[in-house]
Amino acid sequence: MFPAIPNPPVTPPAPKFGEADLVRRSASEVTPPATRLTEVAKLIDVSKCIGCKACQAACIEWNNLHEEIGYNTGFYTNPPDLTENSFTLMRFTEWVNPETDNLEWLIRKDGCMHCADPGCLKACPSPGAIVQYSNGIVDFVHENCIGCGYCIKGCPFNIPRISKVDHTAYKCTLCSDRVAVGQGPACQKACPTQAIVFGTKDEMKDWADFRIKDLKSRGYDNAGLYDPQGVGGTHVMYVLQHADKPSLYAGLPDNPRISPLVETWKGVTKYVGLAAMGFAVAAGFVHHLIAGPNRVSPEDEAEAEKLAGGKPT
Amino acid sequence: MTNAWTDIKNTDLVVIMGGNAAEAHPCGFKWVTEAKANRGAKLIVVDPRYTRSAAVSDYYAPIRQGSDIAFLLGVINYCIQNDKVQWDYVKAFTNAAYVVKDGFAYQDGLFTGYDEVKRDYNRSSWDYVIGEDGYAVVDETLQNPRCVWNLLKQHVSVYTPEMVNRICGTPKDKFLKICEMIAECSSPTRTMTSMYALGWTQHSKGAQNIRAMAMVQLILGNIGVRGGGMNALRGHSNIQGLTDLGLMSNLIPGYLTIPTEKEADFPTYMSTRGFKPLRPNQMSYWQNYRKFFVSFQKAMWGAAATPANDYAYQWLPKLDVPSYDVLRAFELMHQGKMNVYFCQGFNPLQAFPNKAKLAESLARLKLLVIMDPLETETARFWENHGIYNAADPAAIQTEVIQLPTTCFAEDEGSLVNSGRWLQWHWPAGSPPGEARTDSFILANIHLRLKELYRKEGGAFPDPILNLTWNYANPEEPTADELAKEMNGYVVSDVLDPNDPTKKVLEAGKQLATFGALRDDGSTAAGCWIFTGCYTEAGNMMARRDNSDPGDTGTYLKWSFAWPANRRILYNRASCDLDGKPWDPSRKLIEWDGTKWSGYDVPDIAPTAKPRDVGPFIMNPEGVSRLFTRGMMRDGPFPAHYEPFESPVVNVIAPKIKGNPVARVFKDDLAQFAETASPEFPYAATSYRLTEHFHYWTKNNHVNSVLQPEFFVEISEELAKEKGIANGGWSRVWSKRGSVLAKTVVTKRIRPLVCDGKTVHIVGIPIHWGFIGAARKGFGANVLTPYVGDANIETPEFKAFLVNIEASAGPASA
Amino acid sequence: MNMELSRRAFLRTAGAGLAGTTLGAMGFGEVEQAMAAAIRPFKLANTTETRNTCTYCSVACGIIIYSKGDLRKGERADITHIEGDSDHPTNRGTLCPKGAALLDIVHAKTRLTRPMLRKAGAASFEPISWDEAFDKIARAMKDDRDANFVATNKDGVTVNRWTTTGFLAASATTNETAWCTYKVVRSTGMLVFDNQARV
Repeated sequence: MFPAIPNPPVTPPAPKFGEADLVRRSASEVTPPATRLTEVAKLIDVSKCIGCKACQAACIEWNNLHEEIGYNTGFYTNPPDLTENSFTLMRFTEWVNPETDNLEWLIRKDGCMHCADPGCLKACPSPGAIVQYSNGIVDFVHENCIGCGYCIKGCPFNIPRISKVDHTAYKCTLCSDRVAVGQGPACQKACPTQAIVFGTKDEMKDWADFRIKDLKSRGYDNAGLYDPQGVGGTHVMYVLQHADKPSLYAGLPDNPRISPLVETWKGVTKYVGLAAMGFAVAAGFVHHLIAGPNRVSPEDEAEAEKLAGGKPT
Repeated sequence: MTNAWTDIKNTDLVVIMGGNAAEAHPCGFKWVTEAKANRGAKLIVVDPRYTRSAAVSDYYAPIRQGSDIAFLLGVINYCIQNDKVQWDYVKAFTNAAYVVKDGFAYQDGLFTGYDEVKRDYNRSSWDYVIGEDGYAVVDETLQNPRCVWNLLKQHVSVYTPEMVNRICGTPKDKFLKICEMIAECSSPTRTMTSMYALGWTQHSKGAQNIRAMAMVQLILGNIGVRGGGMNALRGHSNIQGLTDLGLMSNLIPGYLTIPTEKEADFPTYMSTRGFKPLRPNQMSYWQNYRKFFVSFQKAMWGAAATPANDYAYQWLPKLDVPSYDVLRAFELMHQGKMNVYFCQGFNPLQAFPNKAKLAESLARLKLLVIMDPLETETARFWENHGIYNAADPAAIQTEVIQLPTTCFAEDEGSLVNSGRWLQWHWPAGSPPGEARTDSFILANIHLRLKELYRKEGGAFPDPILNLTWNYANPEEPTADELAKEMNGYVVSDVLDPNDPTKKVLEAGKQLATFGALRDDGSTAAGCWIFTGCYTEAGNMMARRDNSDPGDTGTYLKWSFAWPANRRILYNRASCDLDGKPWDPSRKLIEWDGTKWSGYDVPDIAPTAKPRDVGPFIMNPEGVSRLFTRGMMRDGPFPAHYEPFESPVVNVIAPKIKGNPVARVFKDDLAQFAETASPEFPYAATSYRLTEHFHYWTKNNHVNSVLQPEFFVEISEELAKEKGIANGGWSRVWSKRGSVLAKTVVTKRIRPLVCDGKTVHIVGIPIHWGFIGAARKGFGANVLTPYVGDANIETPEFKAFLVNIEASAGPASA
Repeated sequence: MNMELSRRAFLRTAGAGLAGTTLGAMGFGEVEQAMAAAIRPFKLANTTETRNTCTYCSVACGIIIYSKGDLRKGERADITHIEGDSDHPTNRGTLCPKGAALLDIVHAKTRLTRPMLRKAGAASFEPISWDEAFDKIARAMKDDRDANFVATNKDGVTVNRWTTTGFLAASATTNETAWCTYKVVRSTGMLVFDNQARV
């Protein structure tokens, strides 16, 4: 058993990290902190997951979210996709293993991966709307968010969603409020089988090794850790029975990478004046009001390219 | 559970059959994943559906619902044929060697003594030969052809792998692989645990399903040991406690029984409860029955229960039928023979079979009283909800009183978990509005009824007028007051017979153990098995020391477990004949030459010498039973019977429909589909989903988000055959009703081939109704048949017949 | 009650697997900083903790209920959050999707808040006082019992039973409530008495 994290305090200590620990801030420069925090990680062991959705319930409760009651659409995945009120979602895949002819019910908890190299943050044109702490947490700052949806385009995992109420982007915060007082995320605490564990990234890799050995002893020769290097590694990692085929798990990217376009946007934030940014942002917002749910349109991309003064490579 | 949730980590093999622990008990299931991760344990799942438990299993095999006994007797046959038996255990700790009366036999699906008209057996031949010394005759060499072992061997011989395949539809190779994995646990150092729930109980032969697996576990030597046992995963938070406390028609707290009308007086009642040992020197614990009974009567009626009136024996009602279970209750209601009915935190309109019959029954009551924290369908059975509840309020004369109660978060007291731990909890929030505790409500009903009898007189008021009710606030007894009463206390001083100046027991003190209970009226205890839960040392149920010396998973200082704080029942059997652990690495207790001690409270007298006293002290034999004598209505061995509604005939006994002794009411019989009915060709089963709890969480917004709408599940093959699309609407109907549901088409359900016939399975989750936050839907009980298990009347929710077709869905959708 | 049992107990006693987590060490050099705007204030600050047990299945997971206000001080207490109790031997702080959403059942829109009566043939409930409800129930019970109580059977044996009124007992009430229920029900001679053990 991975030791339980002690119960939360009701007289919490001062938060253990904050503004001074930022290593990245969207559309702005930060002074790197003198000392970096220990990197944290959430490890999701798909082989221990029973798909119970306790993580979804705990996430909704802890974050005071109000998800709509939907419909049955022929699947166990409910709601059918991530939303601004569902930061995490169990995705169910029924797969017949061609080697054994046995059915495998692959259940993956989807949500923000807290990439070391976060595409959302790099794509974000609004100063300070997305931040990254030196412990690895990537967080959204809603009062700075302009709802343009570029973060969605920048995310190799298609995670953020724009709220229909306040028109800002939402995603998993890795329960930064809990981590700041020495707790793990709400989903991790709830997880009945400890398919989700939380600790330092090094600990999580060790624990993953322990799990992978067990899986290999049970005939899962390709069991392994999903910590994709294309995004610099992630602070949410998976143990997969079939690590050679991540896409089996409801389309988990085999080799996630930030869109090359986003590098261009990074140029935008660096070199284009704030006035020009303001224009782009306002345009994005108006577009949202007219067209409904915000998505980066081809026109937006063209605009970004124009502002950056060249075609993306 | 014989063992505890935390004990499952000690196992080598988990068999989940007749349940779906990952789905229904996720946090208990963690101990399965722990055993797998840390001990290399394996998990086998046998189920008609590939379940959430199967999703993390090492080996899965399908089985047709209602055929578990054939599968399990097949496993026993395999173990016997391949000599995979823990012989020392079987010979010493079971009744394998006991010789059975010559009259007993089994033929064509029936045991000796069947009466077709009464649908019952004369069970007199189902017993041991008793020798001239008054003890059961045994043949330790197992050579006697009439000994239990040889009768068992013969009884299971028909259940070959081929026969198991014909009945269950389980592929032969998968069945044999599972036999092999199970048989490995016949080693004294390998243990298997059985985790089951309503997947086994909700059949017309539910109790025998469980017996069959208990027999497997005894043959493998897995009862009483760490990581072993028969683990019934109880469904509700305190259904174990409610059962322990005897809230059933035929029980007195602590598994004592309500008299029948054949027991006209106390001596007659006691005459069949002597529990004389069947072997020399054996401890037969039920010999203390009279102490438990008299102490109960004293707790009920105090000073009014006297030796002169046989401790108020006549104040208990006497049964004229085996039980007034819920099926009989609604049958009586349906016949217009009931007038007032109370539902305390219970929603029978959703929970019992054949909703149409239930609604008709409720409409024939004069008064229905609901006590609940939540709105229920039952409370509003008279209200029109369109296709979901097509009632005509004006035509229903039943008065309904709906009383708001507190919920768990607002009240105090203890709950018994599946592992028999009594855990105390404290109130955290103020109740909403005028909601009150159940104790307040019951106290007020009692006090007002008593007042009416005091003023007006009436039918036999004595037991009401004299009921012990000395609470500080008579209108609302506190949890502490009631707990102390359950535990028991000394009524009058008991002096040391050797030194009358000393008191053995002092009046007014709480009792420390049920060993101190007496049959002379000097002690009172509401529930003898709970004695020790609230002693002079305080509330033992509130203990919260989670230390676990030896890392055994017993947690002796956490809460209190009945009986006597024991965590693993029959734990004497974890040791060999000389009292040494079968598996030293899994030591629980041991004999040190003078006494028993260890990590658990020994389930034997502390100084009982190992070879003198058998480990199963609740049985007069001192051993466990592979052959149950006349104690179960449907046979001393399990036998395969089809469900009352079956897609195939009984291969073993083609003339027999259902369980031959299960009780069937006349009108219900007419509402069963024919065997292999072309009208209702599909084998249906109903079940829970992990996102919901019965009919409660549809009131919960978050759970309604996670699983919003009623659906049924079918295979891709059946969907194709019937032209039903994934996510589309289906109509499903049985001989009792019809529902509309969304359809989940899945690879997790596959058609089975049973005796050459393709059997399609329709899966029906149970959680929807016409009240709550979730989308309105139908209960599975619109479809289910009104018949129960032959021994305890658990409804046959797990196996019945339906038809299905693509549908346009409800008009309003 | 020992509510203050060391929360570290598990870290001391749980020896299996890897060494204890170093989460405590993620104090990150004791940087005392104002909370960044992105990080919400910790919502359990200054709440009251109460140990309780999940109301659903019989795994009986330990839970902690957090409230504004403290019943033990005679205050009104409003429940604001519920999560698993890490000290509990069985669930170790974990909860299933029902347990993790317990807050919403406590505050469900369909919680009952006052006694109601549905009269014969009526199409709706109407409010009734507790006193009226109790009097009506006691009267109905007495009238039915007096009319239908069976003191002796046809053979003259004393049987003292009452089978025209029945009681279905709850599955999630405490043992103490159950014992109270048993006493009240059985003292009337009622036999149609059952619980939820089978369904």
